[in-house]
Amino acid sequence: MSLLSEVLTGGIRGGTSINYAALGESVSERSGVVNLGTEGSMLCGALAAYAIASETGHPWLGVGAAAAAGGLLALVHAYFVLSRNANQLATGLVVLFLGLGLTSLFGVDYVQALAPTFKPYAVPVLSKIPFLGGVAFKQDPLVYLSYILVPLSWWMIFRSRAGVLLRAAGERSEVLATHGHRVKPIQYLSVVIGGMFAGVGGAHLSIAYTKSWFENMTQGRGFVAVAVVMFAARQPFKVAAGAYLFGAALALSPALQSRGYGINQFALDAIPYVVTILVLVVLGRRRAAETPEGLSKVFEASTVG
Amino acid sequence: MNIRRLASLAAATAIMVTACGSDKKTDSTAAATATTTAATTAATTAATTAATATDASAGSTPDSAEIPTGDGPGKGATKVGFIFVGPKDDYGYNQAAYDGSQAVAAAHPDLEVVTAENVPEDDNATRVMEKMISDGATIIFATSYGHLDPALKVAEAHPDVVVVQQGNFIQGDILPNVGTYFGTVYEPVFLAGIAAGKATTSNKLGYVYAFPIPQTIANINAFELGAKSVNPKAETYVVNTSSWCDPAKQAEAASSLFAQGVDVITQHQDCTATITKAAEEAGKMVVGYHADASALAPKGWITGSEWAWGDLYNEIVDTAIAGGFTGSKFNANYRVGYKDGGNPFVQSKYGPSVTDETKALIADQLKLISTTGSPFTGPILAQDGSTLFAAGETPAYADVESKNTKFVEGVVGEIPAG
Repeated sequence: MSLLSEVLTGGIRGGTSINYAALGESVSERSGVVNLGTEGSMLCGALAAYAIASETGHPWLGVGAAAAAGGLLALVHAYFVLSRNANQLATGLVVLFLGLGLTSLFGVDYVQALAPTFKPYAVPVLSKIPFLGGVAFKQDPLVYLSYILVPLSWWMIFRSRAGVLLRAAGERSEVLATHGHRVKPIQYLSVVIGGMFAGVGGAHLSIAYTKSWFENMTQGRGFVAVAVVMFAARQPFKVAAGAYLFGAALALSPALQSRGYGINQFALDAIPYVVTILVLVVLGRRRAAETPEGLSKVFEASTVG
Repeated sequence: MNIRRLASLAAATAIMVTACGSDKKTDSTAAATATTTAATTAATTAATTAATATDASAGSTPDSAEIPTGDGPGKGATKVGFIFVGPKDDYGYNQAAYDGSQAVAAAHPDLEVVTAENVPEDDNATRVMEKMISDGATIIFATSYGHLDPALKVAEAHPDVVVVQQGNFIQGDILPNVGTYFGTVYEPVFLAGIAAGKATTSNKLGYVYAFPIPQTIANINAFELGAKSVNPKAETYVVNTSSWCDPAKQAEAASSLFAQGVDVITQHQDCTATITKAAEEAGKMVVGYHADASALAPKGWITGSEWAWGDLYNEIVDTAIAGGFTGSKFNANYRVGYKDGGNPFVQSKYGPSVTDETKALIADQLKLISTTGSPFTGPILAQDGSTLFAAGETPAYADVESKNTKFVEGVVGEIPAG
C-alpha cells in the first residue's frame, strides 16, 4: 500500500471518533453552550459500548448504550450550566474528570473482557473506485454512518426549521423568546445530542478501531474535537475535514516508521496537533460575525478583570 | 438555602471520598482477604517455618535454603506493599506483577499483602508508598521502570523499610535498604525470535515498542538475532508508540506494519490485548510478551514470554523477613537469568502452528544459553556496520543492557534521535 493511501485510510479510521465528537460539539456550540467535557462523554461511550457489546453479544446495542451514556454525562453538564448558571468552561472540565473517574472505576472488569466488534466491510460498487474506493469504502459500519451524518448535520443546522431555532438560541436567545419559543429546552437538547454523538465517537474507538477497552483510552481526542470545532467555525464539512486531517497526521507516524524512517519520536507525536491548528487557522479565519453571540458571551465572561 | 449548601457539601465530600478511595481500590479487597487469612493464624513460629520450608521446596531457586539472616531492614515484617503502574488485569506487565504479589500472599499466610494499581510514575508513587509504610508495611515492591526515583526517595526517608524496584538500574551508591531486580527478558525473547524466524513466510517481522530504553533495544536485537539464526533473510520492522499502553496508537502501528507485509508481530508494551487481537483478525501470527494471551489468538499464537514472579518475590520477602537483606544479593542491581536457573521471565506455551523441528531448535538454544552461550555472543554487527559485540565475546548479564546501544543488522528502522 502506498504511503499516501495508508495515511489517508488510517486518517479516516482514526479521525472518525473525533469527527463524531466534533459534529456533536458543533450542534452544542451553535446553541451557545461549550462542552469541554466532550472527552468524558467519549470515554463513557467507549466503556458503555464495550461493556454492553461484551454482555449482550451485539455491537449495535453497544452503540446505543454509548449514545445513552454520552448523553447522560452531557445532561449533567447541561443541568449545571443552564439551570444553575455555572461557568461553562469550569463545569465542562469537572464533567470530564467525572467521566474519567467513573469509567476508570467501572471499567476495571472490562479490560480483559472479549466483545464482538465491527469488522471492515467493503461497499459493493463504491469500493471499486480506484484509490478513493480503497481509502474511503473499506471501513467499518460506524465510519459509513459518519459519512451520512456530516451532510445530515449540515442540512439540519442550515436548512431546517430546527436548525433555525438552534442557531437563534445561540445567536440571540431573546429574539427566540419573544417569538414564543422556549430557549432552555432547545439548549438542553443540543447539549445532550452533542454528548450522544461524542458517545458514539467513543464507541467507534473501542469496538471498531482498537477492539479493546483501557482506561483513558481517548488520550485527549475529545479536546482535539473541541478545538477542531472552534477553528472550523462550527461548520460540519469543515469540521469533518479537520477531524480527518488530524487522523491522517496521527497515522503518519507509524506509516513513516514502518518504512524505516526514524525521525525524532516526539516531533512525530507533535505533528498532528501542529498541522491541524495551522491548517484550520489558515483556512477557517474566524470572522467575528460567524461566532454565535451567545458563545462570545461565554468567553468574554471568562476573562479576568 | 441551607439545604442546597448541605447538598453540595455532601456531593463534594462524596466525590472526594471516591477519588481518594479509587487509588487503593484494590487495597480494600486485598486487605480483606489478607486479614481473614491473618486472623486464622494467631499462630506460631511453627506456621512460619512451615511456610518457608514449603517455599524452599516449591521454588526452583537452588539457594533458597540458605537465606541470609541478620538484623537488617524488614526483619520480621508483617506487611508488604506492592505498587503497579497500571491495572492488575492488563493481560501484561502489571497483571504478572499482581499475580506475583498474590503468590507471596499464598506462601506467607501470616503476612498481609497490600497492593495499589494505577500508581503513576511521579510523586503520587511516593505518596502511596508513604501511606503503605505508615500503615505498617516494612517491605515495598515498586514494580515499574519509572518508580525508581520515588522509591529511592522513600527508602532514604525510611532506613528500616526494604524498598526494591523492578526493572531499573541504580547508578552510584546503593543504600543498605534498597535494590533493583529483573529477569533477563531478552533470553526468552531470543528463543521466541527463533520461532518467529521459522514461522514467517514473508521474512518480515514486526516489533511495536514504546520508548527506546536499553531493555527494549536489547529485546529487539535479541528477537532479530534469534530469527536470523534460523532464517538469514528475516528482518524486523520497528514502530514506536511513545506510550506503554495507548490502544489507538497500537492499533495503528499494527495495521501499518501489516500493510508493509509483516506476518509475525510482537511488542514491548504493557497491555498486549490490542495488538494480539489485531493480529488474529488480520490472519497474521503473533508472539506474546509479558503474559500468555494465547486465548485471544487461538490460530495465530506462536509462542511468547511471560513473567513468573512468584519465586523471586518470595525469595526477596524471605530474605528481608529473616533480617538478611543488607549485603545480600538483592541489595544491588540484581539480574537473574537462565544461567542462574531462576529466570522469572519464562517462555510461553507454543501455539498450534509450531513444528517439532522448531521446538527442537529452541530446546538446543535454551541449553546453550543456559550454560556458556548468550543471545549476544559475538561477532554481532550494528545496522551501520560497526561492531557491537566482538567475535568470541559473551557479555555478562550486567553488561548486556549497557552494550546494546544500537539496533543490529536486519532491524529496519532507526532509533529515534533525541
